[in-house]
Amino acid sequence: MTSLLPTSTQRGLLLARLMRHRSGAIGLILSCLFVLMAVFGPLVAPFDPSEANYLEINQGISRTHPLGTDNFGRDLLSRILVGARYSIGIGLSASLLGALLGGIWGLWSGFLGGVADNLSMRLVDILLAFPGLLLAIGFIAISGPGLGPVILASSLFGLPIFARLARGSALSLKERVFVEGARSLGAGELRIMFRHILPSMIAPILVYLTLRTGITMLIASGLSFLGLGIQPPTPEWGAMLSEAQLYLPIHPLMAFAPGLVISLAILGFNLLGDGLRDVLDPSLVE
Amino acid sequence: MSRYFLRRLLETIPTLLGIMVAIFFFIRALPGDPARLYTGPEATASEVAIIRQRFGLDRSWPEQFVRYARELSRGSLGVSFRSNLPATQVIKRHFQATLWLSLTAICLATVVGILVGVGAAANRNSLLDVGITVLAILGISIPSFFLSILLIYAFAVNAKILPVTGSLSFRGLILPTLALTMSSLATIARFARSSLLEVLGEDFIRTAKAKGLAAAVVLQKHALKNALIPVLTITGLQFGFLLSGTIIVETVFNFPGLGWLLIQSINARDYPVLQGLMLVFALEFLLINLIVDLLYGLVDPRISYD
Repeated sequence: MTSLLPTSTQRGLLLARLMRHRSGAIGLILSCLFVLMAVFGPLVAPFDPSEANYLEINQGISRTHPLGTDNFGRDLLSRILVGARYSIGIGLSASLLGALLGGIWGLWSGFLGGVADNLSMRLVDILLAFPGLLLAIGFIAISGPGLGPVILASSLFGLPIFARLARGSALSLKERVFVEGARSLGAGELRIMFRHILPSMIAPILVYLTLRTGITMLIASGLSFLGLGIQPPTPEWGAMLSEAQLYLPIHPLMAFAPGLVISLAILGFNLLGDGLRDVLDPSLVE
Repeated sequence: MSRYFLRRLLETIPTLLGIMVAIFFFIRALPGDPARLYTGPEATASEVAIIRQRFGLDRSWPEQFVRYARELSRGSLGVSFRSNLPATQVIKRHFQATLWLSLTAICLATVVGILVGVGAAANRNSLLDVGITVLAILGISIPSFFLSILLIYAFAVNAKILPVTGSLSFRGLILPTLALTMSSLATIARFARSSLLEVLGEDFIRTAKAKGLAAAVVLQKHALKNALIPVLTITGLQFGFLLSGTIIVETVFNFPGLGWLLIQSINARDYPVLQGLMLVFALEFLLINLIVDLLYGLVDPRISYD
């Protein structure tokens, strides 16, 4: 698992193998579509997502409004396109942040060893003792809602998991010959840590990162759904769904549209993660 | 085995102490003044001061911590700010509702999940297998809040056969249980399927088949027992995961459980109840992990702990 992504040819090979993996390919395509949607969505949205139009409230599917309108007459397709930047962006950056912070934490802890390692792993145990959503809710309760807090809060539950993963790799890697070699050549501890050990543990962390992205999106949109994340006029998908709850009996489309998009996005990243794991770790192929 | 059990139990003590301290400081870091929230915006400063004193919030943090630790050692959590009842009593009342909800959900997830997963693995690459695999990944991907809304729309708004709000009754439990169980059920099904497939590829299965045993006997007597061990671990982990799910599902269905209470207590800054709730959540999580570890050893005698 340690030398999986070092060269570009191998990376190309990986992509080819992923495309042959049926559900992995679907996941890759879906995830790419959603990332594209997050990047270009706001640019191609036909209407202003926050502009109310009281002459056209709660409309069904039509040519001008392909997904209908909501209780303020706002175009749902435009809201979903603009919301992609929030929902997908938050999910991706939160899982990336969790992997980054957790990875550095674990690397540091495993590398230092001794009392510091012991204490920091006890801290990881404490973080792991709380369900992920509870951690996120607790964080938001202190920091207040907003874009930054939501990203941090959703990254929090992945952090201890990545810390454990990175510590494990660091512990086994630091006894290897190439580290000893680097040290005998006079490399400093920081250099050994970041130039020699870190690159070797990127692959397992990357697989895990993709696998966790779906769950992170679930937590982030759940926070907004509970009213603790991105706040309503902003078209984040979880927040849109929360607004739509009230109108369920008279205008279900308002809930179905964002709900379906969130589910598809999470599905895409889950399939991609599964596919990557199968391709990178053949012992797990079903 | 008993020595291992003792060691595991001792190991949880520092974690538990750490959790206690973490919870205390977390609660104190919450913005907002509970006394001000309790008295309302029109109260005078002296009225707020009286309430603050009654809540014990006029004292310094170390003093508050000593009191919190002393009460905890006596099994008390203090008096709820919101309802003036002992916090333990408030939590106990809602605990029952969540316990029923999560127990039915996890039982359903385990039984149906294993059945479905085994069915898929036994008929590998059939239409049934493909269908189950697709449904399972869908079940994992759909957020519980969207599933709740879909269920409410189908059974409460459209068909009008079940109530919109959840409650601790048979009819009131159906929809919240379904919404809560789906992702665990799908996870367990996937896991049971891949675990069984792995075992079916082992040498001793080929031997059993070679000596002329019927396929059903091989499946039941040889394969299933071995395949279900890892499923057990996943089930335990899923039970912990369900706790997160209850927060969302209980909110959507207005179900009077711990998750619902948590959101209410955060909004009211009800420190004693919040402290108790977080402690309960953390304890449950630790306990489940411990039980899973121990069961693992009981089911698979090859695992030794010393």
